[in-house]
This record gives sequence, C-alpha cells and structure tokens, in this order.
Amino acid sequence: MSPSPRTDALASDQLSVEHLLGIKDLIPADIDLIFRTADGFKEVLGRPIKKVPSLRDITIANLFFESSTRTRVSFELAEKRLSADVVNFSSSGSSVSKGETLIDTVNNILAMKVDMVVMRHPDPGAAVFLSRHVGARIVNAGDGTHEHPTQALLDAYSIREKLGKVKGVRVLIAGDILHSRVALSNIFCLQKLGAEVMLCGPSTLMPKHIEALGVKVERDLDKALRWCDVANMLRIQLERQGGDGIANFPSLREYAMVYGLDLARYKRIGKDVVIMHPGPINRGVEVSSEVADHANSIILDQVQNGVAVRMAVLYLLAARIPRNAV
Amino acid sequence: MKPVTLLASKALSLTITRLCHQLIEDHGDLGTMALIGLQPRGVLLARRLRQELERITGRPVPAYGELDITFHRDDFRHRAAPPAPSATALDFDLEGRHVVLVDDVLYTGRSIRAGLDALLAFGRPATVHLLVLIDRRFSRELPIAPDYVGRWVDSIGDQRVTVEWQESDGRDRVLLHTTGSDTPTASDIAQGSISDL
Repeated sequence: MSPSPRTDALASDQLSVEHLLGIKDLIPADIDLIFRTADGFKEVLGRPIKKVPSLRDITIANLFFESSTRTRVSFELAEKRLSADVVNFSSSGSSVSKGETLIDTVNNILAMKVDMVVMRHPDPGAAVFLSRHVGARIVNAGDGTHEHPTQALLDAYSIREKLGKVKGVRVLIAGDILHSRVALSNIFCLQKLGAEVMLCGPSTLMPKHIEALGVKVERDLDKALRWCDVANMLRIQLERQGGDGIANFPSLREYAMVYGLDLARYKRIGKDVVIMHPGPINRGVEVSSEVADHANSIILDQVQNGVAVRMAVLYLLAARIPRNAV
Repeated sequence: MKPVTLLASKALSLTITRLCHQLIEDHGDLGTMALIGLQPRGVLLARRLRQELERITGRPVPAYGELDITFHRDDFRHRAAPPAPSATALDFDLEGRHVVLVDDVLYTGRSIRAGLDALLAFGRPATVHLLVLIDRRFSRELPIAPDYVGRWVDSIGDQRVTVEWQESDGRDRVLLHTTGSDTPTASDIAQGSISDL
C-alpha cells in the first residue's frame, strides 16, 4: 500500500540539528528546508493578516547581551507572527550587571517555562556553551566575532531570490572580515550551497590563514568587483576597532577611498553586480548613498527576507520540541 | 487487503460534471463566486472543476485560487516532522465573494478548520461553502459539514481513502484502503460494487 502523500512523504522534512548555533553544523539539506519553509512564510507576510498560529504554545526569550536593533526587531516580529509568546531581555539594567553568571541568568528565565532562547552575546561560543547547559532550544543571534547564522541564511536566501540560484554564483565579501561574524557564517553557508566566495579588505582586517576555508583573497577591490556577481559590503565595526591599542587603518576617509564602493567605482565594473549589506550602513564609508539606494541593491530585500527566514528557523526548531505530557 | 475502487475514471468524471452543474445552479454566471482549492491535494480537484466549469459555461472562472493551510494546522508538533508548506495563490479580493472551498477528502474536518482560518486571513468573504469529492461520514472531530459532495463513504477508523489524479498519479480513481485483514466491513464491499463504471 502506498503511503498517503499528505503525511508520510514529508517524514524526512526536518532539521538535523536541535539548536541553530552556527551554519557550520548544518547540512545543505537543512538550508534547503529552511529556504523552502521561508518561501511559505514570505507568502504569509504578504497577506492582509500576517500572522499564523503555529507557535501559539511556545514561549521564546530574546536575550540580547549586546546591542542590536535590526536583528532583535526581526526576531521579535518573526516570533509574534508565529503567535509565540515573547519575553525580551537586554543586559543593560539586568542582574548580569550585578554579577550573575550566564547559566544562572538563563536558568532563571527557563524556570519560568521558556521553550526557546534567541541569544546575542559578545563572547564567541556563548551559544554553544549555553546549549550544553540549559534545557531550551538555542538560536544564536550572533556570538562575538564567531557566527551569525540567521544573517547568513537570509543573505543566501536573498541571493537565491534575486538570481534564482546560489550554486555557482560568485560572491564577494568585502570590508572588515576580521571582526565579522557575518563573514564567517556567510562563507560556510555559501560554500555549502555551492557558491564561490572571495574576500577583499585591508590586510589588517583579514584574518590570517583564512584561505584555509577554501576562499579566494583579493586585495584590490576593483579586481574583486569585476570577478563577482554579488558584492556583500560589510560594515566597518567601529566599536571593535583598535582593541589592542593599534588602529587597523589610518582613517575612515582613507578606508572609504580604497575599500569603499561609490557610484564611480560601481560604474567602472561594467556589469550589474548585486549589492548587499548586512546593515547598519555607514553611508559614505563602505558604500556611498548612491550605491546603497541603487536599483541593483537588495539591502532592503535582505531586511524583509530576514523575518521570513527567522520564522522558518523558529518554526522548524520548534517542531522538534517534544510536547509536554499533560 | 486489496484496495476497493470507490470511483473509477468515468464515474469520477461524471461526478465532477455533476458538481459543476450544482455550482452553476447556485452561483449563476459565477460572477461573484471564488473557487479556492486547498493545498496540496484539493487543488488537483479544484483545477479539474475549473476546467469543467469553463467547458460548460464557455467563459473563464473569474476568481480561482489555491490556498496553503500548513501554518494554520492544529497538529504542529503532534507529528514526527513539520508539514512542508505549498504555494498559495490568491490574487483577488475576497470581500463580498461567495467562496467555494475545495478539498478531495473530508475526514476529521481539521484541515477544513485550518483552511477557514487561513482563508479569513485574506479578508471577509460574503459566504464560504465547502465542496469535497469524498465525504467520510461519521468520522468528524469538529462540527463541519460539506455543502457539495461527490460521494459519501461510511468507513471505519483504520481505513483510508486516496484520490488519484491523471496529472499526479497517472490515472483518475478513488480507492478505499483497509489496513490489517482482520476486520473487513460490509460497507467497503458495498461501496466498491456500485462504483465500477
């Protein structure tokens, strides 16, 4: 007897992981599943009522130990549009500043019956650490300079939407690679989907031995731009510069002249390179206003897709939470 | 146990034609009607209905849509894997329209409940009616009743009805499967014998 297509055929459609800690842990089928699910949510977001009841019995805590506007709002909207109950927590004014440990903070919140935790933390590995010590599903919303998986997913999703595919696409990631969790997650994600990745930036902002990840490294931005189909212009992370007391570049003005993308440089490429930026933009530094607002820029599509992709991640992770016996 | 054929190809096509005539009887020139198939299997029936309505009336069906109910289902986390979403295509305003929701098999009524929920996220239709090819009577878990029915089936819990279509499965037919051979019922035999046109 053939199984009913309504249920059994979908039995393998679930994530291979219980937490989203980094893109490194995902298999390509996971990313594909997230994208297909996000397509469904993207359609939901176009409805007059942009809300579905899927996660109405799930409570999610957003723990932001580092400032964020876009990611926090995007996660919160995604959670609310899935009908989850949401509690927000940011480190300023909390007991973290009174010396409580991370595990204690989170366990106190979990004692109030929270099912999932979305966490941003300044320390690399904080999400992995937490996943080993508390009994909730963890979504990494950025851990220091390590990974920012949902950003990489929405970036790749936006490329797929704009160009129809990711496989074989040449993606340039330019700028402050050293301090960027977006860059690392993007490299893993794009490579798993079969894209080619090139990095470009000043050598002081390029991690040593990054070629070992299988990416090309180019110092000359003009050459790199001629090579690529998509240019993801990373933000200079001013708040993370010169931690060791030494500046990584002489001045913002000099950085903008050598590694900034303005309209004149964009026109010199001679083809329609897609412009991306993970935000927030330092206008006039990594990209000029004309380029950020150019017809080939998909910067605002990235923001819009972020909600759908995060809904897909939360939905698929929640599906793996066992139901409480009543 | 060998599945019993409830509707063979010719009977199925006659049933679809009859349902179309009923729709025309109730909705006249179909001007304010909206035909909406539920994903994934109801749309196959809805597409047939649309084709047949266009053949009979000689005009295109003015409002036709396909609705995905995945995120409105009530069995999320009750099953091994989350249901995968299908596409929704509803590019007309529901306001004031007489919606006919289309699904292949009506069983517990839960899909239709989810379908109503999903539908109302698009607006406020004047009325909503339900058309199903197969109504498995006496197995409802919610107070939902169909308005247009292709065929009634009295089936027991471990039986299953599958609707196969030329487009997706290679042939048109409706089958009743019985798992486990210990309790064959009188109803599946009776249902089978009257349907082999």
